[in-house]
Amino acid sequence: MIHRHPFSRRALLGGAAGALALPALRPALAQNSGPIRVGVLHSLSGTMAISETALRDTVLMMVEDQNRKGGILGRKLEAVVVDPASNWPLFAEKARELLQVHKVDVTFGCWTSVSRKSVLPVFEELNGLLFYPVQYEGEEQSRNVFYTGAAPNQQAIPAVDYLMSDDGGSARRIALLGTDYVYPRTTNRILRAFLNSKGIADADILEEYTPFGHSDWQGIVSRVKTFASQGKKTAIVSTINGDANVPFYRELGNQGIKAEDIPSVAFSVGEEELAGIDTKPLVGHLAAWNYFMSVEGPANAEFKQMWASYIKNPKRVTNDPMEATYTGFRMWAQAVTQARTTAVDAVRTAMYGQKVAAPSGYTEQMWENHHLSKPVMIGEIQEDGQFSIVHKTADAIRAENWSPFIPENANRAKAG
Amino acid sequence: MRVLCLVMALFLLLAAPLRAQDRFETLAAGLSGGFGAQVETVERLGALGDARALPLLQALGEGRLQKRADGTLLLEQDGTVVEAVAGTPAAPGETVRINNRVRAALRGALGRLQLVAPQEGARLQAADGLFRSRSADNIPLLEQALAREAAPLVRARMELALAASRLVAADEAARRQGIEILSGSGSAEARSLLLEARAANPALAAPIDAAIAAIDARLQIRQAAETVFQGLSLGSILLLAALGLAITFGVMGIINMAHGEMVMLGAYTTVMVQEGFRGVPWLAPWSLPVSVPAAFLVTAAVGVALERGLIRHLYGRPLETLLMTFGVGMILQQAVRLLFGAQNREVVSPAWMQGTLALPGDITVTQNRLWIILFALVVLGLAVAAIRFTRFGLEMRAVVQNRRIAATMGIRTGRVDAMTFAFGSGIAGMAGVALSQVDNVSPNLGTGYIIDSFMVVVFGGVGSLAGTMIGAFTLGIVNKLLEPWAGAVLAKIAVLVGIMLFIQRRPKGLFALKGRAAEQ
Repeated sequence: MIHRHPFSRRALLGGAAGALALPALRPALAQNSGPIRVGVLHSLSGTMAISETALRDTVLMMVEDQNRKGGILGRKLEAVVVDPASNWPLFAEKARELLQVHKVDVTFGCWTSVSRKSVLPVFEELNGLLFYPVQYEGEEQSRNVFYTGAAPNQQAIPAVDYLMSDDGGSARRIALLGTDYVYPRTTNRILRAFLNSKGIADADILEEYTPFGHSDWQGIVSRVKTFASQGKKTAIVSTINGDANVPFYRELGNQGIKAEDIPSVAFSVGEEELAGIDTKPLVGHLAAWNYFMSVEGPANAEFKQMWASYIKNPKRVTNDPMEATYTGFRMWAQAVTQARTTAVDAVRTAMYGQKVAAPSGYTEQMWENHHLSKPVMIGEIQEDGQFSIVHKTADAIRAENWSPFIPENANRAKAG
Repeated sequence: MRVLCLVMALFLLLAAPLRAQDRFETLAAGLSGGFGAQVETVERLGALGDARALPLLQALGEGRLQKRADGTLLLEQDGTVVEAVAGTPAAPGETVRINNRVRAALRGALGRLQLVAPQEGARLQAADGLFRSRSADNIPLLEQALAREAAPLVRARMELALAASRLVAADEAARRQGIEILSGSGSAEARSLLLEARAANPALAAPIDAAIAAIDARLQIRQAAETVFQGLSLGSILLLAALGLAITFGVMGIINMAHGEMVMLGAYTTVMVQEGFRGVPWLAPWSLPVSVPAAFLVTAAVGVALERGLIRHLYGRPLETLLMTFGVGMILQQAVRLLFGAQNREVVSPAWMQGTLALPGDITVTQNRLWIILFALVVLGLAVAAIRFTRFGLEMRAVVQNRRIAATMGIRTGRVDAMTFAFGSGIAGMAGVALSQVDNVSPNLGTGYIIDSFMVVVFGGVGSLAGTMIGAFTLGIVNKLLEPWAGAVLAKIAVLVGIMLFIQRRPKGLFALKGRAAEQ
């Protein structure tokens, strides 16, 4: 057991916190007795509930599993669940509540980038530890956050590369369709620079944004059809988020856009999202992730078995962010065991270099940039709502969270 | 000599199928290989023209082709599995996976094999497949098929496919012929093919440019017509969503924030009916028509409970009504979330609502949208008729115009209030049935429509159903006209700003009520 004086660590951090803030700082300090507290910061109501509820269940499943194995460091785990209700400012309040009132040792949470941006200052101020399990646009690296989802070079760029390959249909015109917020706009900015570097002119790129929950896709889908009638093979890259995907795919099907003619690849559509769609007209459309439920291998078999026996509903599927939560949790447990404490600074150091045989079938490693190395997989939508994997990388790829395709990052790379 | 020739010809005739069988069997094995091998095999099977390849290729496209560990191909048909080549029963194996490249190759190969199929639908599909996978090798095949073809629709498609194939022929005269036929088609695909050909044939640039100009002229008319249709479609959805509110808010003056949840309940009723009918095959296609009255009854019942239980105590207090109905809306949302889960529920579209319908002039409209436009007009007609021509409608109008005098005439005003609110709620429920076909069935379904609904009712003129209709269609079409150059986000903002300015000028909306009713 390592006992440290609370404030010496504070001083080490060099935080310029005034006396007023001092009482607020205490909760972030690790306690080395009693149960280890695991915060769960996922929306259980509002528009994001559809996606985030499954992640709450995943964390609870992992806590239960770890306790069955005797906990960590001989201490039991205790989950603290709060509901930020898809309300971005409320995320920050709930994060503060977790850290200060419930004194959690680690938090698993957030889905949208805007919610992550909202809690970031709280975790940095109180020196908390957040595991963020969703693919995102990059351009961020906080010492208080471990990103277990994909950065753009682990999802978006390989997916577009695939569309341009022979197997993917040699696309030379790309329609970038997205929901109007930070993730699609940043991703498309990176993709546009990438496409330009591959010799695709701006005239061959169509960029369209729609509001959250957009349901009338007639105009945009017909515009894509017109865009595709220019004598070059065309493909759609979709950063459409949330349940707007359902009417989008329905319109694609109704307007008779077949995957053989205009394939689409999505970055936010997984098994969970397909559960609400009749997938027959969509067979052949693609999604890029770092994990699919249909991956074969012992690690995924164990993960699926664990999920099935926890959730007790044969219809519930596993998906990429759940896998990222699972992998992140395993890594955190290993790091705590190695550090022999739940103290944030010690766990952070222990996290670097942790390896987990992930359900994706690859050994994923946490690097000093707080991001995981991950394999990239392209899956085709099947009639049963699952994905058939048509392409995957040979190895797990390291994350470039600062994309080289954003000019401002050139200086950052020099600065180190 | 002649005898010898005959014998040799006979021998050749006998030998040819033998060799073909040999090749078919060796070739077919390639279908279980990697994607590259599959593409090659499919193309060669298509070129071979052996009819036995047809079931194999169809099965491959439909995910019914399986393979054993040793590579033997198996064919699954209606739950039973047989060995693909030998035809003997076998145990199920692993499904053979394909990708889009294989699918595209399949379309061409199936096109070649099915060009003279007995069913018209299959020939039509074959012609389309050959149009997309054009190749000079297909020219003789298409010419033969055209000579035998009688159905005009299939002939037209075959001619297009032939023109597309001629476009890549070695002979320049054939290419010119192809350009000419494609220029008359007016389709976006033909335009794309011509543009591709232009890059390959600099010598033919002039006729190709003329053909593209001809196609563009037709495409423009077509696109204008389609934009209007899209506007009507969006308008019909706005109309459906707003119609119930036009009665509860427009006629009764209740600020009903739970209106969206009534729409949502209607959509969930559709899900329930569909799930109830799933087990009974002959009932299943009727689930959507049956859902319409079911949704009306369910939401009307909820409406009666809401009006009798809560709203009637708050008449004349709009702020309290607003807050209370807002709360009821949230309770309903959360209740549905608890009962059905946070996930979206899948509503299957019946076959007659899927795909597109081709109107004269190559204008294509999506079936589901067309049905919804018709449905919205029918619901509007029924609502107007109920208010105009029934005893209930008469009593309702009487109560709205002068509650006291209506009461002295013996009308039970409380009962009329409840029924009017139920009527409005029921219409919202029917809107939910239609919306389940175009939007997500989730507990949040209603929240997306409540603002649009109020917008339409206020814009059209409170209390006027005709105003609601005109308002809805105007907003729909304006939105769709703005969308191409402003983008979906800006178009929506522009429409909202437009309405704000309009309401400044005409606070009572498009169709302001005149006379005594207006002073209420």
